Amino acid sequence: MSSILVYIDHFGGATKPVSWEILGKARELAGKLGTPVTAFVAGQNLADLASEAIACGADKMLVADGPAFAQFNVQALVAAFKAAIEVAQPRIILVPATAGARDVAALVACSLNIGMAADCQGLDLDDAGNLLAERPVFSGNIITTVVFNGPIQMATVRARSFPLPAADSSRAGVIVPLVVSVPGDTEEVLSFEVTETGELAVENAGIIVSGGRGVKGPEGFAPIRDLAKVLGGAVGASRAAVDAGWIPYPHQVGQTGKSVRPDLYIACGISGAIQHLAGMSGAKVIVSINKDKDAPIFTVARYGIVGDLFDVVPALTTAFKAKLGR
Amino acid sequence: MKFIVCVKLTPDTEQLVDVQPKDIGAADLGVTMVLNPWDEFAVEEALQLVERFDGEAVVVTLGSTDATEALKRAVAMGVEEAVLLSDPAFEGSDAWGTAHILAQAIRKIGDYGLVLTGKQSVDGNSGMVGPGVAAKLGVPFVAGVAKVVDVTDDSATLLRALDEGMQTVKVKLPAVISVSKEINEPRYPNFMGIRKASRMQYPATGAGELPGLEKSQIGESAALLKWTNLRKPPARTGKCEIIAGASVAEQAANLADKLIAEKVI
Repeated sequence: MSSILVYIDHFGGATKPVSWEILGKARELAGKLGTPVTAFVAGQNLADLASEAIACGADKMLVADGPAFAQFNVQALVAAFKAAIEVAQPRIILVPATAGARDVAALVACSLNIGMAADCQGLDLDDAGNLLAERPVFSGNIITTVVFNGPIQMATVRARSFPLPAADSSRAGVIVPLVVSVPGDTEEVLSFEVTETGELAVENAGIIVSGGRGVKGPEGFAPIRDLAKVLGGAVGASRAAVDAGWIPYPHQVGQTGKSVRPDLYIACGISGAIQHLAGMSGAKVIVSINKDKDAPIFTVARYGIVGDLFDVVPALTTAFKAKLGR
Repeated sequence: MKFIVCVKLTPDTEQLVDVQPKDIGAADLGVTMVLNPWDEFAVEEALQLVERFDGEAVVVTLGSTDATEALKRAVAMGVEEAVLLSDPAFEGSDAWGTAHILAQAIRKIGDYGLVLTGKQSVDGNSGMVGPGVAAKLGVPFVAGVAKVVDVTDDSATLLRALDEGMQTVKVKLPAVISVSKEINEPRYPNFMGIRKASRMQYPATGAGELPGLEKSQIGESAALLKWTNLRKPPARTGKCEIIAGASVAEQAANLADKLIAEKVI
């Protein structure tokens, strides 16, 4: 029986939210198609995660659990994902467009000759039940709806394209161990150095406070961080700030950084080069704080304050603290 | 050992915004075309690998004869050998078709240790051709390489950037890698390089010259997906409201009120 298969991406058992977002969307599409939703995960000690996947919409959870999957290892994950496809016999496959999972998806799709659309931000079905995948191309300057020409259709999906489904712990589903023979030894993980700081990643954030050239130095990000903290948001940056070495690359928003779709994007000391706009113009509300009233960022912003970010940003932090009681 | 770089000719990033939906698929997009900026990192890395470990850098592209411009840039940077893959039979290939053509060209070039690509193209944006080439060649693939730690006759030790940290991974060669922008600072071509590139010949290699090429896997008829309904993203409407106030504190408070009313906080 055909199904929709969803790849659950996680780090050390902590699920990346986009996994649940696409599981929720899969549930909706499966309702229209009258097919079950099968989820797949590979890792170690994943019992809690598997139960959570059932609560978030999976009918069946295929779990490849074992030391072979303790580290991110492409060879092992490709073997496991292929085994999951063999079991699930899916007509639609959804994968988070995260670093890692997106490449496992592409390797599997190419070797099984499955059509794949990358970095999608919208999904629908045509009258025949085939997937329609909306994705940005030309670095966000053009949108296309991808149609498929093949019986199995795969999409990788960006974070925050769909709402998080409400977990329902009373949902029924089965957890099935997936037996995988990991072939050969072409890839060996020697070490892993965690750089993750516990900060919210920009691609998962509902609110982003971002700093650019106007921040002037690494210490200039302090007021940006303070505002982000009060708002429960993430800290972003323009390429200029990252290239200057003021903040690490994972914070970079724009064409050569991350594409983000927050509810609120507060650009501080960012002029708004085309390459930056390509990464953040999908935000619902954009605010610009800039000394230069003619900066291009004001052409995409809904609200602006013309002034020095070192005066305005701390004042905003104070205002939100008072109004939100934080 | 050869270090083979797969590159693409793409619009100048400053002009991506000028690309019109109706022109996509046409021979001329009406914008300046350059070597895909992500690919410059791959070209630079191949040159550095040659300096560090000996060997030869080769650049390959697939496209019309216009794509020669991408090869020229790589040659001007210092690459010794350039291969243009061009044939009407290639046109309309999707990522997997493109990967098959590139894989067969790489097999023909032979003696390859590492195949390098950029993270993605600034036009197609899929990042799928690199892993596709690895799948077609049946060799390991490592994405987001931030550093090539070591290369031996049969292995490469690489630093792989993941969202949560840096992984050191050793793969058997040959292998395909995509490089991240942290890996290096691409050099600017010097005058000698530019002159060499402009004098070099770039004969096209067609489908008939690629042994093992499966016609059933390439071209529009084999494509598993199609871009439809090409459109500009919805324009951001409305003018920017500049928040006034007697003091910065008042401006900030007024803005905070607006944002809370927008229900985005």
